[in-house]
Amino acid sequence: MDRRQFLKSTAIAAGAATPIGAPFVRSAAAQARAETLLVVTESGPNNVDIHGVGTNRPGYEVSWNCYDRLFTHGKKTLADGSESYDRDKYEPELAESWDIGPNSATFKLRKDAKFHDGTPITAKDVKWSFDRAVSVGGFPTFQMKAGSLEKPEQFVAVDDHTFRVDFIRKDALTIPDLGVIVPCVLNAGLVKKNATEKDPWGLDYTKQNTAGGGAFKMVKWTPGTEVVYERNDDWKSGPLPKLKRVIWRMVPSAGNRRALLERGDADISFDLPNKDFAELKAGSKIKVVANPVGNGIGYIGMNVKKPPFDNVKVRQAVAYAIPYQKIMDAVLFGLGKPMFGAPADKGLDVAWPQPHSYNTDLAKAKALLAEAGYPNGFETTLSFDLGFAVINEPLCVLVQESLGQIGIKTTINKIPGANWRAELLKKELPLISNFFSGWLDYPEYFFFWCYHGQNAVFNTMSYQSKEMDALIEAARTAAAAGDKAAYEKEVKGFVGKAFAEVPRIPLFQPYLCVAMQPSVTGYRYWFHRQLDYRTIAKA
Amino acid sequence: MLRQVLKRLATAIPSVIGVVVVTFLLTRVLPGDTAAYFAGPAATPQAIAEIRAKLGLDRPLPEQFAAYVKDLATGNLGNSLSTGRAVTTEIIARLPASAELTLVGLLLSMAVAIPLGIVAAVKQGSIVDHACRMVATAGVSLPVFFTGLLLVYVFYFLLGWAPAPLGRLDVFYSAPPDVTGFYLIDSLIARDLDTFRAAAAQLVVPALTMGIFSLAPIARMTRASMLAVLSSEFIRTARASGLTPRTVIITYAFRNALLPVITTLGMVFSFLLGANVLVEKVFAWPGIGSYAIEALIASDYAPVQGFVLTMAIMYVALNLVIDLLYGVIDPRVRIEG
Repeated sequence: MDRRQFLKSTAIAAGAATPIGAPFVRSAAAQARAETLLVVTESGPNNVDIHGVGTNRPGYEVSWNCYDRLFTHGKKTLADGSESYDRDKYEPELAESWDIGPNSATFKLRKDAKFHDGTPITAKDVKWSFDRAVSVGGFPTFQMKAGSLEKPEQFVAVDDHTFRVDFIRKDALTIPDLGVIVPCVLNAGLVKKNATEKDPWGLDYTKQNTAGGGAFKMVKWTPGTEVVYERNDDWKSGPLPKLKRVIWRMVPSAGNRRALLERGDADISFDLPNKDFAELKAGSKIKVVANPVGNGIGYIGMNVKKPPFDNVKVRQAVAYAIPYQKIMDAVLFGLGKPMFGAPADKGLDVAWPQPHSYNTDLAKAKALLAEAGYPNGFETTLSFDLGFAVINEPLCVLVQESLGQIGIKTTINKIPGANWRAELLKKELPLISNFFSGWLDYPEYFFFWCYHGQNAVFNTMSYQSKEMDALIEAARTAAAAGDKAAYEKEVKGFVGKAFAEVPRIPLFQPYLCVAMQPSVTGYRYWFHRQLDYRTIAKA
Repeated sequence: MLRQVLKRLATAIPSVIGVVVVTFLLTRVLPGDTAAYFAGPAATPQAIAEIRAKLGLDRPLPEQFAAYVKDLATGNLGNSLSTGRAVTTEIIARLPASAELTLVGLLLSMAVAIPLGIVAAVKQGSIVDHACRMVATAGVSLPVFFTGLLLVYVFYFLLGWAPAPLGRLDVFYSAPPDVTGFYLIDSLIARDLDTFRAAAAQLVVPALTMGIFSLAPIARMTRASMLAVLSSEFIRTARASGLTPRTVIITYAFRNALLPVITTLGMVFSFLLGANVLVEKVFAWPGIGSYAIEALIASDYAPVQGFVLTMAIMYVALNLVIDLLYGVIDPRVRIEG
């Protein structure tokens, strides 16, 4: 290299370089826009198979839209005019009709349904898929179990288009559990072709590829960046979706997601901070739909295995010291249903979630604390999941301040999202702020996970009581037998007990908010809290 | 020259080995239990143990390390646990995005900072000098994500001049055929001016963000080094000989002031690569910074190790290039080296 020449060129480059002034261009493909939905969210899928290990919530969305299930749910219009799935109304999807007997359910599959690669969908595929769900372990197997679907022998392919599920016990949740995301139908032939000896169920293949016959095909997935779907024009299991393409981009900054919506570039977005939703709702440019999350409650949990929270009086004292209304106003910006302050003489409903009768009453809290033997309070830590810091952080600060007034000194312990589950499993945190929601919207389902003495991970308080277990199991039995009077009595029984002993203090039932362009129609709330593209259209 | 390159490369080997060991150990001591994370919310302790065994995390550390080094030797950085994809291919796909952004940002910054530094030195104490100081201070004291959000707010949200901050290309464009991975270059190779314009438009605001952040060190260093040179005797002689101010400043003074500026550029480039992580988050840029952050959040070892290793190798390569540039610019350095 010639030194002089190099120096000269460097000097010229430095002196004369001008900023690259490219004119900003607008997309020329305006026409394609009308048939394309642009979704923006904070994070994307890590796995597109619901049967996979550690599939995250965005992954559920891919599964829901790219795979068929035996049946789906109908719709209902809520009081505020928004649409929701109807828990009690089933509609055909892959199965044209079905017959539910006392010991089994028989499904007649439609004969014209095909997978994305053109192979016909048969009862064998359904059986293989369900066998897979109950065999792979982890979340899918757990979810199937919640509906008493436990063994491959329960699933029978009678002929090519007849499929039967045998019940191992009477369980009112068996049929609802067949309508969730997990029992999806995979292309057995295709997956088996890509399975290996080490991975007999082909999980490595379906982790990155969809192998279904649903209304949309995933044509591109770049982790952390985007997912692109195209409509499956041969879809027979329901009315053909209006959208031809769905592009789902990950935009990590919440401020930018809001800007994209307000500028009209993005069509729809979940997971904005509540403050943004409240402001967008007040404006008129963007349509915001808010539905209460079914069977979901934000709560303060106390570890009942260790002092001081093993004392019911202490727990009640804390329940009287929570600044409920402040949380509703300053943390949720009103986007939630209060779960507190029911009139004491109202009595219980046969419903869940329902408000308890505790209120912010510091004098009463102090008195209870003194009765429990802690007149001067005590010290403890209040932990929360940093992954949901938008809600948790201000909430915990408010709780900390309020508990301080009755002498309970709390240190706030922020736990990174990757650690949170491991910490919950240890069941050692004394005081936590957390959220749980059940897919199946039944009181006994929630209590089975959160209050039952089997001590599942969601029973974050390690609450164990024989009476409670008996009530929950009696309610399940009554539901299975269709005994309405007994069922109502048992539900009121366990709800009452949960309120009296308050191992966890329900705070609110949050709303699931979605912001979208006014031109977007057909959004429907689903129990899985993800988007169903099939009903959405752009005017 | 070749001998010099080899010698420099040899000194880089210990640092690379060090980086391999440290990244391995660092990822193991990170808080967060990978197995518990991947086992999902409803996992039982047995399920977690099964997953731990499946991932090989139950084996002793030296054994895990040996397996890691063996893979490395064959160029295999492992697979990401969360997405199941090979880290090597992901990094190769994402590195050009980060490099393109960083380079354009650096070029923008040089285009402003070097002339500004020169003028500030020549007209010391003038308005330009004060302006240079102000711009530099402001640029360095604003955190990148803040500048980024501010620029998006002004140029995209309020004025509507910039395109939507949605990554490297507008949603309705498809990427040019992959040659270098740099969209600007690839679209020109494909003679697709439309895509070139779209890619350039997406680049301007994020590159500006990076540029503003790196203005300060470049401008200040250019000014300081020019001041030193301008007061030396050969400049006085040149002026006395009646050369035009332009020849004196650009040909004689700037050439001699270049060495510290190059050093600073190297440093700036390195920390721009680091600052990338935040800018990529703000602009939904599919680079390696955002890749590493996502992996870190999920306690996903392989991508984090791969990222740190790639960065380390890039630093080593960068330092080598700078060392060689010294020799080209100033023969005295070459003789001493």
